[in-house]
Amino acid sequence: MIAELGLALLWIAAALACLSLVAGIVFLRTGKDDLAALVRPASVAQGLLTATAFALLIALFVRSDMSVELVARNSHSLKPMLFKVAGAWGNHEGSMLLWLTILGVSGALVAIFEKRLRNDTLVATLAAQAALSLGFFAFLLFSSNPFKRLPVAPPDGQGLNPLLQDPGLAFHPPTLYVGYVGISVAFSFAVGALITREIGPAFARAMRPWVLGSWIFLTLGITAGSYWAYYELGWGGWWFWDPVENVSLIPWLAGTALLHSVAVTATRNALRAWTVMLAVIAFSMSMVGTFIVRSGLLTSVHSFAVDPERGTFLLALMAIYIGGALTLFAMRAGAVAEGKKFALMSREGSLVINNLLLTTILALVLLGTLYPIVAEAMGEKISVGPPYYNKVAGPLALILCLVMVAGPLLSWRKDDGKKLWSRLPAAAFAGAAVLFGLVLFGGKVGVLPLLGMTVAGVVAVASIAPLWKRNLRRTPLPTWGMVIAHFGVAVALAGMAAESAFIKERLVAAAPGETVKVDDFSVKFAGVSPVAGPNYTAIRGTLIATTPSGASFTLHPEARMFPGLMGTAPTETNEAALLTRPGGQLYVVLGQPVPGADGMSADRYQLRLWWKPLVWWIWLGGALIAIGAALSLLGRAQLIEIWRVRRARKAQERFA
Amino acid sequence: MKAKHQRLVLAAVALCGVAGAGVLAASALRDEAAYFRTPAEVVAGKTTVGEPMRLGGMVASGSIRRQADGLTIDFVATDGKASIPVRFKGIVPDLFAENSGMVADGRMRADGVFVADRILAKHDERYMPPQMGDMPKNMKVPATT
Repeated sequence: MIAELGLALLWIAAALACLSLVAGIVFLRTGKDDLAALVRPASVAQGLLTATAFALLIALFVRSDMSVELVARNSHSLKPMLFKVAGAWGNHEGSMLLWLTILGVSGALVAIFEKRLRNDTLVATLAAQAALSLGFFAFLLFSSNPFKRLPVAPPDGQGLNPLLQDPGLAFHPPTLYVGYVGISVAFSFAVGALITREIGPAFARAMRPWVLGSWIFLTLGITAGSYWAYYELGWGGWWFWDPVENVSLIPWLAGTALLHSVAVTATRNALRAWTVMLAVIAFSMSMVGTFIVRSGLLTSVHSFAVDPERGTFLLALMAIYIGGALTLFAMRAGAVAEGKKFALMSREGSLVINNLLLTTILALVLLGTLYPIVAEAMGEKISVGPPYYNKVAGPLALILCLVMVAGPLLSWRKDDGKKLWSRLPAAAFAGAAVLFGLVLFGGKVGVLPLLGMTVAGVVAVASIAPLWKRNLRRTPLPTWGMVIAHFGVAVALAGMAAESAFIKERLVAAAPGETVKVDDFSVKFAGVSPVAGPNYTAIRGTLIATTPSGASFTLHPEARMFPGLMGTAPTETNEAALLTRPGGQLYVVLGQPVPGADGMSADRYQLRLWWKPLVWWIWLGGALIAIGAALSLLGRAQLIEIWRVRRARKAQERFA
Repeated sequence: MKAKHQRLVLAAVALCGVAGAGVLAASALRDEAAYFRTPAEVVAGKTTVGEPMRLGGMVASGSIRRQADGLTIDFVATDGKASIPVRFKGIVPDLFAENSGMVADGRMRADGVFVADRILAKHDERYMPPQMGDMPKNMKVPATT
């Protein structure tokens, strides 16, 4: 019954989305209020019903109901509970239902909480959100029904890709999806404001918390995804410029640009058209990302389950939404009043440069991601890898960081270039110190990492400068947020640069008892032993790493073997072992056994060891950026304010 | 400066920036994009020695040879039409095996051996690099030994 109920809820939710859309259009055409009153409750109900349907899908996975095709294909009764739950969204249909759930729930949240917008703009926004939902409902119900029953239930399921059986990954996709889809609210706000021509500070202030919120999730999702790829794939890298990574980075870049331009619109009533355009671009990029991942268009280590036919459907949806929004934009472009003017040497000016650089990087990453498809259409098979991205995005990102140094120290409207210099001596000194230190003592360091560490030094000091000589207790939360987020960028940048400059790698075939030197560590390979996990068997290596000071640590890298279920091929994964130290991480991978002289028994094992200086700073930086944004959101959403007002009102009612 | 002029200047700056980025991207793509080649294409002379490229094919049965250092392996990549010897030093991926698909990043050496920096492999039913889609799924791989 659960599956049928879930499907029924989805149809009702789709009908409600249809109702919101029609009621919204009628209201905007005729101005009749009676229908508009339906839009808010319909949006809330649609969100609730979709979320319930998603909960029912999870319940089916938890109960291992193999009569449902999706469960049979992606789960197994012996799987640990966490992965049964995660299995609900670790596949195409489930992830699309999750996508719809987030679309619906964000719409519901807008309907409940948004009080600052004019009523007609809000109705237009909710109608736009309903229109988005409707398309994806069609996609889900007509081509990817997650609740489809099998005529005959198999005795057990086929399991889940072992690479995906990792606690970190269980929560990585939902986090990223909240970010991806949360930005749909910005898109709907933009469409709503374009329809009613209400583009100004009020609209920007209403949109801002939503942009911040989804951007926090995107940041966390990308950071977590990077860490997952780092320790789970066993390749030692933290970013591969893989298409699937790129399509999460592209909306993030658009979101970052939007975050900064919306600040200009909210505070200074400038850059209006650009902010609206960016809101459209940001969600469009999310859809492009979903399309690329879900259609299996690109070669990728992430393309686990691909289905090209569904791609056509998604492509059509995308064309309708993006094309529709851009057409609306073109029709209304003339109606968007000219914003306030400002000097180039001003906060606004620096944010304009920030936006130019971010969108340029976005375009270059998008180009690199799509180029292989275009080339393939013209008969050439090409792959674009890290050298391209490092070459084009690296220098631009460093320039962007330098703009970030100046921006927060400039005042709005107009500032004096000389005054800016007087605010920077400490930062300039920090940069010079890092540069000289590296040149004198760092040995041979590449140009990009060298510049990266120098810029990181400058940014770290300059990011704190806005707090200088301020009363810290009176400093508003958004300022704290900006300072922490920008400092996080410096931390992450330092981590990336230091890791690529000073990484040490050893690749050996070692016999038990042998000792390998990597950087300052001597690592003794003690041997291997077989172990059994809940649904796999493994060879577990034991290594003892000793630091120069004599402290020793034990590491257990594993080579895991997952038996094939229901006729699928068995799979193996490498579990790297990590030792985190203040100065970096020691990363050990156990490779294959090397047959001895008799060709039979293994007397040696392949071992790959890395010493990665400051590598964990990359994810620490990512976390700091997200924390900064969260503080800013707390300040912007004025939750505390709203709570205070409500409490005061309740107190009044009690007395009345 | 009037607001209109300011917009013009901004647009001009943006245009220059975009043009510059375009030139940068075009040159970077020309230098850094790696062609995907099958052994038959390599034999047909479509590749330049020493240029970064991607080689895709099946690992010929019985062709994997391990060197005494325990780290280097030699094998033959084939697409049924032609075969290319490949050398790789490192840990091969979990799913790398004879008679299954692989994609290798690396470059051709003057003596006709492909030296791989990285090997990707999947023999999961559900995963096949799209670039290998031209190959029949259950292609019989001729033994080379």
